[in-house]
Amino acid sequence: MPGFLKAIGCLLRRDLTVALRRSTDVLTPLVFFIIVVSLFPLGLGPEPAVLRTIAPGVIWVAALLATMLSLNRLFANDHADGTLEQMALSPHPLTVLVLTKVAAHWMLTGLPLVLISPLLAVQMNLPESAMGTLVLSLLLGTPVLSLLGAVGAALTLGLRGGGVLVSLLVLPLYTPVLIFGAGAVAGVIAGIDIEAHFSLLAAFLALALTLAPWAAAAALRVSLD
Amino acid sequence: MQYMHKYASPKFFYTLAGQLTPWMAALTALLLVAGLYLGLFVAPVDYQQGESYRIMFIHVPAAWMSMFIYVCMAGAGAIALVWNVKLFEMFAGNCAPVGASFTFLALVTGSLWGKPMWGAWWAWDARLTSELILFFLYIGYMALQASIDDPRRAARAAAILALVGVVNIPVIHFSVEWWNTLHQPASVSKIGTPSIHPSMIAPLLLMAFAFTFYFVAVVLLRMRNEILERERHTTWVADMLESTKP
Repeated sequence: MPGFLKAIGCLLRRDLTVALRRSTDVLTPLVFFIIVVSLFPLGLGPEPAVLRTIAPGVIWVAALLATMLSLNRLFANDHADGTLEQMALSPHPLTVLVLTKVAAHWMLTGLPLVLISPLLAVQMNLPESAMGTLVLSLLLGTPVLSLLGAVGAALTLGLRGGGVLVSLLVLPLYTPVLIFGAGAVAGVIAGIDIEAHFSLLAAFLALALTLAPWAAAAALRVSLD
Repeated sequence: MQYMHKYASPKFFYTLAGQLTPWMAALTALLLVAGLYLGLFVAPVDYQQGESYRIMFIHVPAAWMSMFIYVCMAGAGAIALVWNVKLFEMFAGNCAPVGASFTFLALVTGSLWGKPMWGAWWAWDARLTSELILFFLYIGYMALQASIDDPRRAARAAAILALVGVVNIPVIHFSVEWWNTLHQPASVSKIGTPSIHPSMIAPLLLMAFAFTFYFVAVVLLRMRNEILERERHTTWVADMLESTKP
C-alpha cells in the first residue's frame, strides 16, 4: 500500500477514535439540530399545514447551523496540541490529509444529521413521500457543508472570536446548498420534477470535493505561519 | 518583472499615487456631474415607471461596481498570494470597504426603487437577494481581515477567502435566480426592461465610469495611508516627514 493511503487510513481511524472517546462533542451538534427544529412549532403554533410547508426549510437551516457549530472541532484541538503542525510537515500532501479530516468530520456530524432527519420530518408533519428526498438531499448536501466549512475553520484557526467569525465567512457560501436542498424537498411536496435539484446538489459536491481541500490546505498553511 | 519591482515599491508608489489621485478625483467629479445631469434632466420619462426609474442611474452602476470590485479584490489577492507583492495585498485589502459601500448603496437604492415598483421596501427579487449575499461576503472578508493582527497574514488569509468567494459568486447568483423563478411569478421581478433607450444608456455609462474613477481615487488614498502606516519605521517616511515640517 502506498505511504499516503496508509496515512489516510491512520488519520481517519485516529480522528474517529478521538471523537468517539469524547462523545459529547459528537452529540452536541445533533442535539442542537433537534432542539432548533423543535422550537419552530412552539414559535409558530402546531398547525400541521403550516408545519408541512416550512418543514424543508426549517430542517435544512437547522442542519446548516448545526454543521457550523461543529466546525471549530475540525482543526482546533489538533492545532492546540501541535498535531496539525506535524501533519503540515509530513511528506504527505496536506490537501489529502485535510480531505481525510473533513471526511471524518462529516461521518461524525453530517451523517448523524442525515440519520436523525426522518424523525424530525415526522415531528414536522412532512408527508412520507418526501422523506426519502429529505434524506437523500441531506446526504448529498451535508458533505458540501463540511467541505466549505473546513475552509472557514482553517481561515479562523486560532483567532479571537473564531466561532462567530466562522459563521460570517461560511453561511453566505452555504446559500446554494440550502436553496437546492430545501428546494428538492419542497418540490416533492408540490409535485415538481426534482431531478435538476439533485443534479445540482451533486455538482456542488463534485466542485467542493475538488476545490475546497486546496483552499483549506492553503488557509491552514497561512494560519500555521 | 523588473518594472514590476520598481512600480511596486511602496516608496515609488506613494508618490505616484499622490500624483494620480487629484486627476482621478477631477475625472470623477466631471463624469458625475455630466452623468447626473443627463440622467436626471435630459433622459426621457419612462412610460411605465414615471420619474422613479431615474434611481436606476445610481442603482445599476453601484451594483456593477459591487461585483467588479469583488473580482478586482480576488484577482489582486491571487497575485499577492502567488508573487508575494505587498502592493497588491494592500490594494485587495483596501478594495473591500469601497466594494461593501457600493453594495450597500445598491441595496438601499434598490429598496427605495422597490417601494414605488412593488409597493414594499424589500422584495426577494433575485438580483437584490444576490446583492445582499454579496454584502455578507464583503462583511465576512472585512471581519476576517480585522481579526488578524499581522497585516501580511491577514492579507493572505483574506485573499484565500476572496478566491473562494469569487468561485462561489456565480453559483450563488444562479441559485438565487432559480430559487426566485420557482417562488415568484416572473412579472414581479421584471424591473429592468430588456430594451433600453439610447438616451438612457449614455448617463448609465457615464455614471459607471464616474463610480470607477471614484473607486480608483479612494483606493489610492487609502493605500497611501496604509503605506505610511506600514512603513512608518523606514527612513524614507522619516525623511519625508522631516521635509514637510514647517
